[in-house]
Amino acid sequence: MSNTAPPDDSNAAPLLPILNQPSSRRTALKVAGAALGLAAFGKAVSPLMVIPENVSVDEFLQQHYKELSDDDKSKVFARLEAETKEHYGAAVTISDPQAIPGVKFGYAISLSKCNGNGACMEACNKENNHHRGVDQSYIRVLEMSKGSLDMEHGSTTYDHTVPQDDKFYMPVQCQQCDNPPCVTVCPVEATWKEDDGIVVVDYNWCIGCRYCEAACPYHARRFNWEQPEIPAEDVNPVQAYLSNRIRPQGTMEKCHYCLHRTREGRAPACLEACPTGARVFGDMNDPESDINYVLKNKRVFVLKEELGTQPSFFYFFD
Amino acid sequence: MSTTTPETLTHSGTSDAVRSYPKFLWWGLSEATNGGVGFYLWMLVLTAISLVGANAWAHQVATGMIVTNMTDHVSWGLYIANFTFFVGLAAGGVMMVIPAYLYDDEEMHKVVIIGEAVAIAAIVMCTLSVVVDLGRPDRFWHLLPGIGRLNWPVSMLTWDVIVLNGYLLINLHIVGYLLYMQFLGRRPNPKWYVPFVFLSIAWAISIHTVTAFLYCGLGGRPFWNTALLAPRFLASAFVSGPSFIILVMRILRLTTGFTPPTGPARTLIQIIRIAMTVNLIMLASEVFTMFYTGGAHAASARYLFFGLHGHHGLVPWMWTSLACNILGTILFFMPAALERGSVRISACVLCIVGIWIEKGMGLIVPGFIPSTLHEIVEYTPSLTEWKVSAGIWAFGFLILTLLLKLTITVFNRSDVSHGKNHANLSI
Repeated sequence: MSNTAPPDDSNAAPLLPILNQPSSRRTALKVAGAALGLAAFGKAVSPLMVIPENVSVDEFLQQHYKELSDDDKSKVFARLEAETKEHYGAAVTISDPQAIPGVKFGYAISLSKCNGNGACMEACNKENNHHRGVDQSYIRVLEMSKGSLDMEHGSTTYDHTVPQDDKFYMPVQCQQCDNPPCVTVCPVEATWKEDDGIVVVDYNWCIGCRYCEAACPYHARRFNWEQPEIPAEDVNPVQAYLSNRIRPQGTMEKCHYCLHRTREGRAPACLEACPTGARVFGDMNDPESDINYVLKNKRVFVLKEELGTQPSFFYFFD
Repeated sequence: MSTTTPETLTHSGTSDAVRSYPKFLWWGLSEATNGGVGFYLWMLVLTAISLVGANAWAHQVATGMIVTNMTDHVSWGLYIANFTFFVGLAAGGVMMVIPAYLYDDEEMHKVVIIGEAVAIAAIVMCTLSVVVDLGRPDRFWHLLPGIGRLNWPVSMLTWDVIVLNGYLLINLHIVGYLLYMQFLGRRPNPKWYVPFVFLSIAWAISIHTVTAFLYCGLGGRPFWNTALLAPRFLASAFVSGPSFIILVMRILRLTTGFTPPTGPARTLIQIIRIAMTVNLIMLASEVFTMFYTGGAHAASARYLFFGLHGHHGLVPWMWTSLACNILGTILFFMPAALERGSVRISACVLCIVGIWIEKGMGLIVPGFIPSTLHEIVEYTPSLTEWKVSAGIWAFGFLILTLLLKLTITVFNRSDVSHGKNHANLSI
């Protein structure tokens, strides 16, 4: 670049004579320095070149879930299926089951029955295509000391035979709050509450700021610190866009009450796997449902009620 | 006002002046990159550190944030800690603007542009600190009003995006306009900058208040969930910002021969004395409330100050911070702090370090320890996080150096052309 003004710009000359100085050796050196700096910068950020390899133009430009037409959705799902085939070698189908009108899901756990065996966590890990490198699931089971409901006296890292006589066991997962702090804080509306009460995440819209993870009082959210690794034969091929499809790196995820199962009339995977019968799930709007029986006949409580989050997840002893 | 330009010039060639502004900026860039060996060495070192940071960040984006030491338990770390500190630095510059414009402090008026330059550099560092913390920086456009889906006004983070960018624009406008008028030898038209200056005062308070609201609005994090957080943020910002500016003025005096008047630094020190005292009182009040009440709400504070269940990761940090803050405050209260000398400089450095820890690692990390389910997972920044953070600091200093160089060049030039004896930055 030269400091010389264009010859036709005669107005500038009297106003800013200093702009019309000839180039000097210093200028030439600076230009060389700037070029070198730019080249070094290009080299420094060259690892970013994996972005165009991993993120297609269609994915980059993809709109928020709520703005996708049915046509858009089928294209997006087809693309995601193809990408799963390419990266994981697994043939999957991605569906988009909608909330059933009039249904409001609720979940309850009998703390008298739960014995801390952890089958629910294992089932969640498999059902929801969690990263196999770490034993991740949406559930954490606390081993609590009898005589206290204070989680400070609990442990999630117990490693011995269960149940212990002086302990009880309390699984915690997303409480699907009616007043969810995680939804409030999300800066881009990437997470929201569906009509059946389930709080979902658009994994393709989340920017990965992790504000929701800071806001959640129940440690219910998980971040994809790296691309999940799952052997092809272990991939659960029955997937939904807002639930258990394999999440992209750098985005947030959480329990979605297995909406790909529950919206089709099946039980959540954690309930199905529970050998003790501690878990009760169903439609809170259906007077005949198991969950309504529990809510009506047991003395239930919710976690951290004082925070005003209004969970749709209940605990009871019986 | 220092210029002696005939009034007639002020009213002529407005469109020329507007059209020539980009040229002025280009000229400014070229002037700001002129200097001696020391200058080029300084810039080279800053560029090198910035590049190391850029490279570490690029690796982080490619590999995933697994290269940081953050976890699902401690999901914000060094980046957000630095972010919080930088917001304070940016807001602190307003403590020059208030005396200069609200109290018509003549001498402060001469150096107020330094505070505004610091604010610009600090905001750039804020923005970068947030960008490097994003898991998906490629989706940054989701945050843009109009084409993205900004969850405004409910999400405090959207407020932060708006106020930080607004503050940057306001300060860019004020600094750019005043420098350009000085360059043209014209008297700045108050209509074009005074409203923005007053806006910037309110805005500076807002950026730090909103940043505190990010944390203190979260009911699930008792350590942050205190109404004292925003006032404490402001009080500590009015220590770290002015301290930083005093250091910058000293460096300018040593390296450029520009001699700031002695009044502004003294005013800033009076402000620091009060702000730091208020900050320490509020800290004591928080500590009392947490420890005297006890129970689970004090768990984070116990972890921070004394360690919890055998975990002591932050204890050395916090006591270092307390020692720095108290020692720095004592030094600031010594009469010698009002003179140019090592007491003043030590006090500034101590308080900056103390507040950087207190508001950074000492505030963000214990919010996550113990976790909401009372698990204790500790956090120490990874090498990648240190590299990226150092890169952001270096880039911020690079911007600040260029801004100050441009400022001094413009003023020296107009002083020469207007036959003045000594340099000042009076506008």
